[in-house]
Amino acid sequence: MLLINCPWCGPRDETEFSYGGEAHRVRPADPSALTDEQWADFLFMRTNPKGAHKERWVHSHGCRRWFNVERHTVTHQILNVYPPASAPQPVQDIEAANGDAAPASSQKGARS
Amino acid sequence: MANALPRAGAVARFAPAVTALASSAGLVLAEMVPPGQVNLRGNPSDPRFLRAAGSVLNCLLPVGANTVQSTDDITVLWLGPDEWLILTAPGGETELIERLRAALGDVHAAVTDVSGNRARLRLSGPEARMVLAKGCGLDLHPQRFKAGQCAQTTMARVGIILHQLDDRPTYDILVRRSFAEYTWMWLKDAMAEYGGTIAAG
Amino acid sequence: MTNTHRTPTGGTVDRSKTISFTFNGKSYQGHAGDTLASALLANGVHLVGRSFKYHRPRGILSAGSEEPNALIQLERGAHTEPNLRATQIEIYEGLTASSQNAWPSVEFDVGAVNNLFSKIFVAGFYYKTFMHPQSMWMRVYEPIIRRAAGLGKSPQEADPDIYDKMHAHCEVLVVGAGPAGLAAALEAARGGARVILADEQPRFGGSLLGSRGETIDGMPALEWVAKAEAELRSHPEVTLLPRTTVTGYFDHNYLVMAERRTDHLPRGSKPGVSRQRLWKVRAAQVVLATGSHERPLVFADNDRPGVMLAGAARTYVNQFGVLPGRRVVVFTNNDSAYQAALDLHDSGAAVPAIIDLRKSVDGPLARKARAQGIRIITNSAISEVEGGKKVRGVQVQALAADGETVTGPAESIACDLIAMSGGWNPAVHLFSQSMGKLRYDEALAAFVPNLSVQAERSAGACKGSFALPACLAEGAEAGRAALAAAGLDAAEPARVPTAEALEEQPLRPLWIVPGKKPVGQKGKHFVDYQNDVTAADVLLASREGYQSVEHLKRYTTTGMGTDQGKTSNVNALAILAKSLASPIPQVGTTTFRPPYTPLTYGTIAGRDVGELADVARVTPIHAWHVEQGAVFEDVGQWKRPWYFPRGAETMEEAVRRECRAVRTSVGVLDASTLGKIDIQGPDAATFLNRMYTNAWLKLDIGRCRYGVMCKEDGMIMDDGVTTRLGPNHFIMTTTTGNAAKVLDWLEEYLQTEWPELKVYLTSVTEQWSTASIAGPKAREVVAALAPDLDLSAEAFPFMSMKEAVVAGVPARIFRISFTGELSYEINVPSHQALHVWREMMRVGARYDITPYGTETMHVLRAEKGYIIVGQETDGTVTPFDLGMDWIVSKQKKDFVGKRSYARPGAVDDGRKQLVGLLPEDPAFVLQEGAQIVEDADNRTPIPMLGHVTSSYYSETLGRSFALALIKNGTNRLDQAVYAPLDGGRIVKCTVTKPVFFDPEGVRLHG
Ligand SMILES: [Zn+2]
Repeated sequence: MLLINCPWCGPRDETEFSYGGEAHRVRPADPSALTDEQWADFLFMRTNPKGAHKERWVHSHGCRRWFNVERHTVTHQILNVYPPASAPQPVQDIEAANGDAAPASSQKGARS
Repeated sequence: MANALPRAGAVARFAPAVTALASSAGLVLAEMVPPGQVNLRGNPSDPRFLRAAGSVLNCLLPVGANTVQSTDDITVLWLGPDEWLILTAPGGETELIERLRAALGDVHAAVTDVSGNRARLRLSGPEARMVLAKGCGLDLHPQRFKAGQCAQTTMARVGIILHQLDDRPTYDILVRRSFAEYTWMWLKDAMAEYGGTIAAG
Repeated sequence: MTNTHRTPTGGTVDRSKTISFTFNGKSYQGHAGDTLASALLANGVHLVGRSFKYHRPRGILSAGSEEPNALIQLERGAHTEPNLRATQIEIYEGLTASSQNAWPSVEFDVGAVNNLFSKIFVAGFYYKTFMHPQSMWMRVYEPIIRRAAGLGKSPQEADPDIYDKMHAHCEVLVVGAGPAGLAAALEAARGGARVILADEQPRFGGSLLGSRGETIDGMPALEWVAKAEAELRSHPEVTLLPRTTVTGYFDHNYLVMAERRTDHLPRGSKPGVSRQRLWKVRAAQVVLATGSHERPLVFADNDRPGVMLAGAARTYVNQFGVLPGRRVVVFTNNDSAYQAALDLHDSGAAVPAIIDLRKSVDGPLARKARAQGIRIITNSAISEVEGGKKVRGVQVQALAADGETVTGPAESIACDLIAMSGGWNPAVHLFSQSMGKLRYDEALAAFVPNLSVQAERSAGACKGSFALPACLAEGAEAGRAALAAAGLDAAEPARVPTAEALEEQPLRPLWIVPGKKPVGQKGKHFVDYQNDVTAADVLLASREGYQSVEHLKRYTTTGMGTDQGKTSNVNALAILAKSLASPIPQVGTTTFRPPYTPLTYGTIAGRDVGELADVARVTPIHAWHVEQGAVFEDVGQWKRPWYFPRGAETMEEAVRRECRAVRTSVGVLDASTLGKIDIQGPDAATFLNRMYTNAWLKLDIGRCRYGVMCKEDGMIMDDGVTTRLGPNHFIMTTTTGNAAKVLDWLEEYLQTEWPELKVYLTSVTEQWSTASIAGPKAREVVAALAPDLDLSAEAFPFMSMKEAVVAGVPARIFRISFTGELSYEINVPSHQALHVWREMMRVGARYDITPYGTETMHVLRAEKGYIIVGQETDGTVTPFDLGMDWIVSKQKKDFVGKRSYARPGAVDDGRKQLVGLLPEDPAFVLQEGAQIVEDADNRTPIPMLGHVTSSYYSETLGRSFALALIKNGTNRLDQAVYAPLDGGRIVKCTVTKPVFFDPEGVRLHG
């Protein structure tokens, strides 16, 4: 069972995730401009490398976020995990992230 | 449109929902009276969102992964980078939703009543960690998962939100209501070898 | 106590505790700490079973989990379990065991006649003998083979034991608690790591348990083991698991272990405690210290009871105080067997000779043996074994210069035990499972770990380092390296335990030991004892062209027994290599797969049995359904009421009554299982517009719209009604089965394709419980529940939504219909839904409100021609195929699936289309899935037109009807088609439009 490091939730068992196929396949902006062959290629053709493969996973039983995994298709080693650039990035420092947003009275409630 | 009707527990067929656990020494399982539950979505890097949420919740928004912030009135669980679950008193969700929506104004956010979405089961006692480990692949070692942390994960093939409340340890297991009976039966079975009991109503 | 073969002293069994057990109906006694094998040997019992194919008498070969011969049926009745290894069964008071593969008894076995006809059981006999016809296989051949061969008996009663599972995490998992494993665990534990140490034996010590005279750190080896174990126990983060076999090594250091928790105790003595536990371990680092397996020598009749591996003989005398023989001939190609000779001799056994295949020997062990007066016969072989059910003696002959034949006169030596050693195979099984690559070591004549793939390291004998000092040093080093790799610092310098090294001389691999006659002509040279594969079989397979080791394995079945060929693999492939004149590394080895040793089904199932076998989801109304005696249907994981029988009603009667109630009065369905997704954000309408095939931008607040969602290939994936709650707020419903799938699908588009869209999705499937009230009297029921609500058609028209207080609970009421009747779907929060439901039934009683189940729902919607995704669709159906052109927008430039409708295949004439079917016999209900053909008189194969997707008896129509997907169906209206059914019946049907009831929709708009 793979151990996948969700960019947000951290390392979790593969059973928490769903597989989404090859990553970085962008839906054409105007599908009607494509020939039948080009559209069929988008629909059905995928690379199938022996070795490093970039693929999409979603943390179905966790944060429900889609992200990218680079996995070696022979050894199943995970070489890289990275969220889409457009996704909210993981936060390290709660206080800093909250900035001046939280009222002073919140101190009593810290991390219980 | 708040209503004062009693809230049915999700495992009412098996045991009554309780408001608190008696401080007993042993391993104990209970369903808590379904709390008010509000799902909050928003962009934590938008200061307007943070300010609005913080002003209503009266606590820091737990933007760190798998963390929880609590006050006397509410508990806010991190569910994802732009999603939180707020627990409040039964019936308190209506006012909370109104206040959140008012504070957020036109900030892009979503406030959704999910009070009926999940049951809240509570498992407490020295062997609670072992009970969970029978069905949950998360590393619950005290150095890895502590009081004040939460996680969305699976237990016995059921999706759960696990929240550790104290070092006894006590855990809240938030589970979709339709799965609650199965989860309850599974927990009861897993507790058997440690002599676990069901909390009296 | 009649332990005729127990030594007066020695061993670690508890001689103060005597345990009685029964084997093959006869009572015996052993001591606490005995295995069934050691206890039988203590009683002089060698013959424990018959072999699988030839029913040859077999004895105990080994002392561990590699045992291929001594397979035992343990216990009787519900507790019985086949194929257990006597060498691993710990005896307990009252244990009952019997031999397998023997009828009527192990002493007199009818099946032994197979031995006389062994020519028909040669390599590939399954393929050659039982080829044709195929129909004979299941009915005739297989049962005969099973009965003749015997693989033990499976229990016929429910298993009374409990099995469970446990997840565990650690920094360092050490597999094997021999010298290397203990040294590794100590170093890791001292560094503060979470350590799990697992060993398949009841006691830690591994090979040291069967040793004698070895010292570690200046103390007797077992004393060191006890000290090490005590230290490990003192570390709070260390988990010690004896009786635990690591059976599988999976991706990312995920290992599965089987712990035998109560197997060593009398059955039923620990109620409530699981008998076996399956551990699932995620380890940051793994140290494999799995030891090695001794290889048999392949000589004629090397399977006679009394032929035993030398290391096992040593273990029996040293660990158990049992002399497996009183007069022992040792037969070896390496030094290790000399230890056995010395220990047996020291314990009082006569050792008339050590027969060594090597040309000469002069190591320290050989010198020691000579000093003890033990005769060593070098460059010689056992050319014949005397004795059938028990070894009586051997014939010894010198080897010719090339080692291919024996020469000169034969010498007879009487003996009752042959202790043999053909060298040692490192137990590389788990390393191989971890996808590590093996390397053939010429000096050891064995495969050893070479390239690692996962975070593991091997230490000691499993790495080919057999000497004790090397095991200890490698273990300690591996423990420290694992610690460092796990990111922990060692607090102190390594403490490598010390032991004395013993120089060993190289072995002489002689893969087939020559005998009096050539291989295959007299005697059997067994390679795989469990599957009765001989050297002759391997050579025959090679001659017949099975020259890949994987083909050889399958053709001869070597290595395919429950022992996975632990003792046979290297011998088999070495013989293959020899016959091909190829080097062994070139021939390669087979892949090792989990499990390392067999697992019981109970262990695999764990608690997933009975009511816990699968997740059952129930709605908030479930308790009421149970009260009403509903019959439930599984819909995915959901338990949904199928129908509500009254009195002695059959299903058909109940469904007709329920249908009649909805069409004439009012019925109610628990529709809580429908998926519900809350959609919020300024781009919500735009998003829906892209995901659904129809238009969404202009939907008014408070209005509902039906939508179909397709994949990019244009095929329908889901459907449902979505309602606009506010300018930026929608609530979508999905089908029951697709709720999670649709949410993932929507999120995928939002997060990966159109992250610029400001939309948030929240699952509210279980927030809302839904009562679907349908029928001419539906309005009256809703009015009684929500007296303040204006329910007039003008104020609350079809396809609209109102918020109201229903029975005191805030509700959303949707006027939508899946039955074709006037219908309201009342949604209330789940925790108050049962209250509302009971109230609804109370006020509805005067209209005889009738609960109905999924079957009635199916009938009613089919009468209207409403599709069910997954029933009328199967991933190859477009909205056009269903005659739903109206749901596909012509104006929208793009939506998911649109481009595919312009592909040639999507507009083919030959596409299947949804039609209605009316069977000629109005009482006959077609089977769903029945194939439809154009001309029933056609010769086979008849071209298929399509199939029936839904089929029911309609109470409303007073006849049967069906929906079907048929090629070019819309052009076949009023034509006849045929459904050829099972048993030759052919049903004539007329094609109709797929709407059978109220086609104008008068009723639902009413
Ligand atoms: Zn996640």
